Amino acid sequence: MKNSGVEPLPTDDDIIVIEHVYKSFGHVEAVVDASLRVKSGEVCFIFGPSGGGKSTLLRCINGLEKPDSGTLIVDGMDVTKKANIDQVRTEVGMVFQLFNLFPHLTALGNITIAQEKVRKRSKEEAERIARELLERVGMPEKADAYPEQLSGGQKQRVAMARALAMNPKIMLFDEPTSALDPEMIKEVLDVMLDLAKEGMTMVVVSHEMGFARATADRMVFLEEGRIIEEATTEELFVSPKEERTKVFLSHIL
Amino acid sequence: MSVTTKTEERESKLIPWTGRLSEVPWWALIILLMGALIVYFIIVSPSYQTAFFFLVTGVKLTLGVSLISFAIALVFGLVLGLGRVSKNVVFYTLSSVYIELVRGVPILVLLIYFAWVVTPLFLQLMNWLGTALASVAVGPLVGLAENMATLAIQDVTMVVRAIVGLAFAYAAFEAEVFRAGIQSIQRGQMEAARSVGMSYFQGMRYIILPQAIRRVLPPLGNDFIGLLKDSSLISVLAVRELTHLGKLHRARTFETFETWNTVTFLYLILTLSLSLFVKFIERRMAYEE
Repeated sequence: MKNSGVEPLPTDDDIIVIEHVYKSFGHVEAVVDASLRVKSGEVCFIFGPSGGGKSTLLRCINGLEKPDSGTLIVDGMDVTKKANIDQVRTEVGMVFQLFNLFPHLTALGNITIAQEKVRKRSKEEAERIARELLERVGMPEKADAYPEQLSGGQKQRVAMARALAMNPKIMLFDEPTSALDPEMIKEVLDVMLDLAKEGMTMVVVSHEMGFARATADRMVFLEEGRIIEEATTEELFVSPKEERTKVFLSHIL
Repeated sequence: MSVTTKTEERESKLIPWTGRLSEVPWWALIILLMGALIVYFIIVSPSYQTAFFFLVTGVKLTLGVSLISFAIALVFGLVLGLGRVSKNVVFYTLSSVYIELVRGVPILVLLIYFAWVVTPLFLQLMNWLGTALASVAVGPLVGLAENMATLAIQDVTMVVRAIVGLAFAYAAFEAEVFRAGIQSIQRGQMEAARSVGMSYFQGMRYIILPQAIRRVLPPLGNDFIGLLKDSSLISVLAVRELTHLGKLHRARTFETFETWNTVTFLYLILTLSLSLFVKFIERRMAYEE
């Protein structure tokens, strides 16, 4: 994709603009010169071998990692500026591989706490929204359960409800199904599928190629911190351009 | 379940009754017996009785000083503990300097230092501030300025100095307990809190601390027992707590055995019942987790 030296100008549609982002941990270069744009309402799927920098790039988008250099604009706000970070994070929901639910709160409490403390909603309103979201992720009966009483799939669905309660414009998924037993993967992917259908802007780091084929608008192949190939889902599955993409796909498909 | 119970029953019958003797908590029985002996002495011996009724008045001060000191130590320790995990260099450095200095000095020396060095310095500062304030003060501030300017060393009682000394010494220990508790919570918790838009302090307040404090309740309980025992050191400041009353009573009556047996007995009643309470909390926490 690095065919032309001319960068297209960002349009109003581009809700995430990443330009020449570098990030290293000590001597390890996690992300090298990454440039990527995500349009509003688009599902962008990032895949590649482990340790390739996928998670790091994703975590840069909501400021959990601070890039060493480069430009990162999310919904018109510069993420690299510390003053913007809390604001950006209320617009960007994140779902983690290991769920990171708050163990001292019930499912309902997990979903209401940020609504009350950050969005300043009343307890009643926050709980009403939380119950609606639990309904939406298919587990209204688990409102009073603590995380330890839930299965992995249920935990991940609560985690998604927690993120959605903030009415984010963008959802980031960091390997949301990698820590799940196979029979639980579908219940999580189903919720993600619904979200995609509703037009949520999503950036997904995952190895679920079936999910990618069904929902992704664009696919990004990342290896050793570099974006090797970026293409529409159709192009990438049918005729990948880069040799390394072909090799990787042949290993996992 | 019933199968295992039956097996256990059969096994317990196979062990001879002499074998089961090892299951009796002998240590508790021996301690109870020793306690009963002292109670017996207090009832039958007049000199034990006088010692007991004189000394027991010191228990109130011992407990009161310990409770107030520990409450202050918890609050100040939490602030210091937050400093130890803070990325703010100034906050981190100040906390670390305080903790390292205070932990490195024996408590007895710290108590003397607070009573005889820090308090006079603090008073001088107050007097100086009061005088400065009096020259510019208007209205209700005049009274405050005068009070500050004329504050004398004897206005700060030894009990207050003792409480401050113990609190500031123990704050350093509690800070490290809180730091360990905070650091024992997985990093993902703060990341999740931040990613739903909470600030660092909201994340601490609503997500990290509620979990961390639950985890450190047992060590905090142990430290309270430690503080209660160390409160005997404030007898050097002539505060009329249990140990000081012991010294007085011994000097007055020359009944060394009676006096110190009773003092020890009273301390043990306090500390042993507290440690039972800590064990109870510990068991409840283990059950909940």
